[in-house]
Amino acid sequence: MSEIALSQAPAHLRHGSNMGQPLTRREGVLKVTGRARFAADNHPPGMLYAVLAVSSIARGRVAFLDVQAAKAHLGVVEVMTPSNRPPLAQDPDIRANPFMFRLDVLQNDRVRYANQPIAVVIAETLEAATEGAVLLSPRYETEPARVGLDSVESFVPPEVGLLNPAEVQRGDVEAGLAAASKRIEATYETPAQYHNAMEPHAIVAAWDGEKLSIDTPSQGLALALGRLAGLLGISPENIHIRSPFLGGGFGSKGLMTGPQVLGVLAAKFVGRPVKLVLRREQMYGPVGHRPLTRQTLRLGADGDGALTAIAHHTKTASSTFDEFFEPASDISHTLYASPAIATSHEGVRLDIGTPMFMRAPGEATGSVALESAIDEMALACRMDPLAFRLRNYAETEPISGKPFSSKALRECYARGAERFGWARRPLAPRQMRDEAGLLVGWGVGTATFPALMFQGQARAVIRNDGSGAMELGAHDMGQGAWTALAQIAADSLGLDIDQVEFRSGSSDLPDAGIAGGSGHTATAGMAIHNAGADAIAKLADLATGDQRSPLFGAGNAGVVARGGRLFRRDDEGRSESYAEILARVGLAEVEGRGKSASDPAARDGYAMHAHGAVFAEVKVDPELGQIRATRLVGAFAAGRIINPRLVRSQYYGGMIWGVAFALHERAMMDPRSGRVMNPNLGEYRVPVNADVPSLEAILVEENDPHVNALGIKGVGEIGVTGTAGAVANAVWHATGIRVREFPITLDRLIGPAP
Amino acid sequence: MGLSISFNLNGVARKVELDDPRVTLLDLLRERLDLTGTKKGCDRGQCGACTVHVDGRRINSCLALAVSCDGANVVTIEGLARGDVLHPVQAAFIAHDGFQCGFCTPGQIMSAVGLIQEGQAGEDPERIREGMSGNLCRCGAYAGITEAVIDAQRELAELDRRQVA
Amino acid sequence: MNNFDYFRASTIPEAVAAASAPGAAYLAAGTNLLDLMKGGVARPSRLVDINRLPGLDRIEPLPGGGVRIGALVRNADLAHDPDFARRFPAVAEALLSGASAQLRNAATVGGNLLQRTRCPYFYDVASACNKREPGAGCEARGGDTRLHAVLGWSESCIATNPSDFCVPLVALDAVVEIAGKTGRREVPLESFHRLPGDAPERDSVLEPGELILAIRLPDEAAAFAAHARYLKVRERTSYAFAVVSAAAVLRIEDDEIVVARIALGGVALKPWRPRAAEGMLAGARADGTSFRRAAEAALEDAKPSGDNAFKIVLARGIVMRALMLAAAGTPERMPALPASPFALPSGVLQHV
Repeated sequence: MSEIALSQAPAHLRHGSNMGQPLTRREGVLKVTGRARFAADNHPPGMLYAVLAVSSIARGRVAFLDVQAAKAHLGVVEVMTPSNRPPLAQDPDIRANPFMFRLDVLQNDRVRYANQPIAVVIAETLEAATEGAVLLSPRYETEPARVGLDSVESFVPPEVGLLNPAEVQRGDVEAGLAAASKRIEATYETPAQYHNAMEPHAIVAAWDGEKLSIDTPSQGLALALGRLAGLLGISPENIHIRSPFLGGGFGSKGLMTGPQVLGVLAAKFVGRPVKLVLRREQMYGPVGHRPLTRQTLRLGADGDGALTAIAHHTKTASSTFDEFFEPASDISHTLYASPAIATSHEGVRLDIGTPMFMRAPGEATGSVALESAIDEMALACRMDPLAFRLRNYAETEPISGKPFSSKALRECYARGAERFGWARRPLAPRQMRDEAGLLVGWGVGTATFPALMFQGQARAVIRNDGSGAMELGAHDMGQGAWTALAQIAADSLGLDIDQVEFRSGSSDLPDAGIAGGSGHTATAGMAIHNAGADAIAKLADLATGDQRSPLFGAGNAGVVARGGRLFRRDDEGRSESYAEILARVGLAEVEGRGKSASDPAARDGYAMHAHGAVFAEVKVDPELGQIRATRLVGAFAAGRIINPRLVRSQYYGGMIWGVAFALHERAMMDPRSGRVMNPNLGEYRVPVNADVPSLEAILVEENDPHVNALGIKGVGEIGVTGTAGAVANAVWHATGIRVREFPITLDRLIGPAP
Repeated sequence: MGLSISFNLNGVARKVELDDPRVTLLDLLRERLDLTGTKKGCDRGQCGACTVHVDGRRINSCLALAVSCDGANVVTIEGLARGDVLHPVQAAFIAHDGFQCGFCTPGQIMSAVGLIQEGQAGEDPERIREGMSGNLCRCGAYAGITEAVIDAQRELAELDRRQVA
Repeated sequence: MNNFDYFRASTIPEAVAAASAPGAAYLAAGTNLLDLMKGGVARPSRLVDINRLPGLDRIEPLPGGGVRIGALVRNADLAHDPDFARRFPAVAEALLSGASAQLRNAATVGGNLLQRTRCPYFYDVASACNKREPGAGCEARGGDTRLHAVLGWSESCIATNPSDFCVPLVALDAVVEIAGKTGRREVPLESFHRLPGDAPERDSVLEPGELILAIRLPDEAAAFAAHARYLKVRERTSYAFAVVSAAAVLRIEDDEIVVARIALGGVALKPWRPRAAEGMLAGARADGTSFRRAAEAALEDAKPSGDNAFKIVLARGIVMRALMLAAAGTPERMPALPASPFALPSGVLQHV
């Protein structure tokens, strides 16, 4: 049973009983039976198959495409190239706002990164289209590719991430370093990484005159609608995008990508529905990645192990034609107390696809460097790494001086350490072995991620049969929106979850914002919460103003909505069901609308972040160097938890990404050609089941009265942070070898012991 | 070119005229027979999302030519449940949250059923993790997957005992 | 993938005749061939499907202790055959450390012998590769060479053979039975794969149309069952090709090594049999000193082909460890993580 209290005064909230429950996924049966329909599972009548041809050079121009050979292949219907591609209403190289990235949609013959689309082959069958793309046998005018951070001159980017300043400082870092009794300086390298959602980007597009119907995975339906409408020069009302399920996104499906737009254009070109699915290797270019970084940290500490300065500098790369600079240094703004902090970024432009937000963009990359450096400083101070972190615990946000809206990090450290058995850790490295003689090491890392909110809307309905409906264009990429948001919806309407029809994942529903920045549950959840409250308020008005209702005159005292009834707050013996209220006035339903946005006043007053502590055990073969992350314990505090079962899964997923960051993932770019040489899932390694034998996530309770009325922070990305550093620190503790180039591979760990 | 193949698909005899020898079993299922539960994640045998059973064995359908499957017995995720009654592995995946986005899930489940039938892993979590390592999950649902397999294995063993008794 | 003629052979002579035409290739499970075709690395004009050929799917124990393995036996069936796994445990362990359960269920043993290198420059059709296109050059040289060969490579090719299965087979003196247009012949597996020399396009000694019928392990190969291991270092815990691997099999009597066999994987374009190291162990004590000397000798001729000097150090370590493990005895049960350094200590020994 759920309830929501309501009065003329601002709503007084009580915890509902849908929120907080570990419900299993409501779409679970669809997913385990194969009936969950992902974008590429659609097949409208008359559909053709479109396959991209992509460039094998990183820089130059396409001099020749053998269109005739492709068209001569049995089943090939058309070949779309820059010379015949339907026109666009807007230059895809114009970037009118920060959420609009430049796209490669056959606007010319120029090649600016490997795997850039250069043509689209459309055929009756997938087999014919695929071979048709090969038969184009492109010839190029090739220019030397600019690869690697040292290949070109660098500059200070105007901004990093999304509108963050490239350089920030507080206090005097040089003075802090000069005053320190211990100093370290260390440089860490992180590689380019690719999102590699299991579901390749896919689109099924069908035109009906000016109307466009699309199935494609999207983490931001409204943005996608706007982008397409602008490019195509049609009204957003004429576009319908369905995205009920995303086969993973991790940031790569946040914004419309070039290949998706090409699917739409291909359908227009041939006048028939078209399906375009990226081949796995084609995902290494046009759909974003996490860029490589080189980060230099300079830390100082006094005789008591208190930090006197943190300087965090990042060199990173964007494409030659667009702006995304990984804000890796910004992690140092919030994590550890220091009287002096300076963060800075430096960029180069390379012949690569534009980098993009990838699960914990900036935070993940920065965290692995900062957490490694913190351990190196702890070692210099001869302190236990956890004790060192507690010694430098930030009571207020270091860069701004603001109080935290809530911060249960101390409890995370304590509970994680206890569960892990941290107290038994020897200070010196290379001290522990297992029964087989493998080296064992323990490491810790601090996790953090900002509590963000975007703007969103929802629509609620209470019907005269006593049921309710909630709708908004929210996105479920696996984080559990279908379930968690329905839980919030049920509580907002005072109904059991089974009485609420929850509609989502479609662009014809209210704009739920973007599923990114770990802000979707807060954003969509608050819109839902407010829409439900609005519907209940309208229903309450119908009852409390009507002499025939047992609730007549309760307006001042207020009513409570629970189990499909309104109760008089000061006398719960008096109540009336939703159905009765609506039946008496002859209404089929009442509708509520809700919006959400972050509260600027609260953001001015408080620093808002989720926190956590991750403890990692690794084993390393002393002679052969092979590494395994044998045990991970994470304790996280992220405000109110809507569904602990799903949140635990989010933490696990993030922690596995942290292991992958530390030990596995690396795009191997040929320094001469600028091509990624492992564009697959065999040699670009993501962890398999056997890589993560033991995971535990502790959900530390945290009530945050400031982030939003529901107290929700966000859990999708924080698990990556902290974990990668914890694993790196554990490798050091196991071996005595500090590897500063990620991923840590076995070749760094073999040979004579240090 | 006319290539005719007959095979049993989820318990139903099917005859398919193929116009192209290049069609893989995966693409036959997905693009020509409207059985889209089986997923294409890599198309190169590197992710396991396309796992189906051919003649009782789990295989990657992306690396099998459809013409080679003439006479075979093929079971896909759509053929696992009996009506509305989920297979114990399917139910266990829901109970243990053995998936997030759900894209790799049909392959994971067909692989888990195959693993249990192979009888090599028992309830040893390490053997299960190894036996399930041919199925990538980018969301990172591995812990739930392993728990689900252990649980389903127990339940299936119990069902077997009851049937024998 | 290019279009091709599909031909389903029903007899061996029919298959050989059909596959002798230029551009023809045999199709068994296709787990490697289809991958290559999808990448444009292989573009055969005709596929000769041999899956229906009679009699090639049998595991036949030979009276003296050896075994004849039909070319169409699936990797998983061989590894899980109790009699085979008991007699040739290192081979079973190697099979189970390769690929994934799904691939092992499909892939055939004959196909395993013919699987092609994982060199990224071979797979990337935009890169020059002498193996893919004779005379084109080798762009792996000077590229990302971390995992390339340290033994037996040439200026024309620095790729490695990716097979796990072949490594213990070479150690055990396996023989390949081959049918061709002019009849049948047998080739020791050790001579079956070719080092690159100046013709890296030829992986093996097979002539056009020749078909692998079976792999035979001789009787004396079963004598190593009590001391036989395969060890494989990978960059993730499972479902990965070897960085370097080794098979070590021993016959030990009264703490003294009577015969030692060693083979290395991931170091050359063929499974590498360091015979000098084997010879040093004959008559030696089964201890760390002997094994270290043997490991040094095994890599004596190794030289980096790029940024891969670490593989020489690693290979020494693996030879040493594989010998130690073999000396300790074959485990009673296949480890949960076959061939992995993270397999639990051998514990109870197999009784044979």
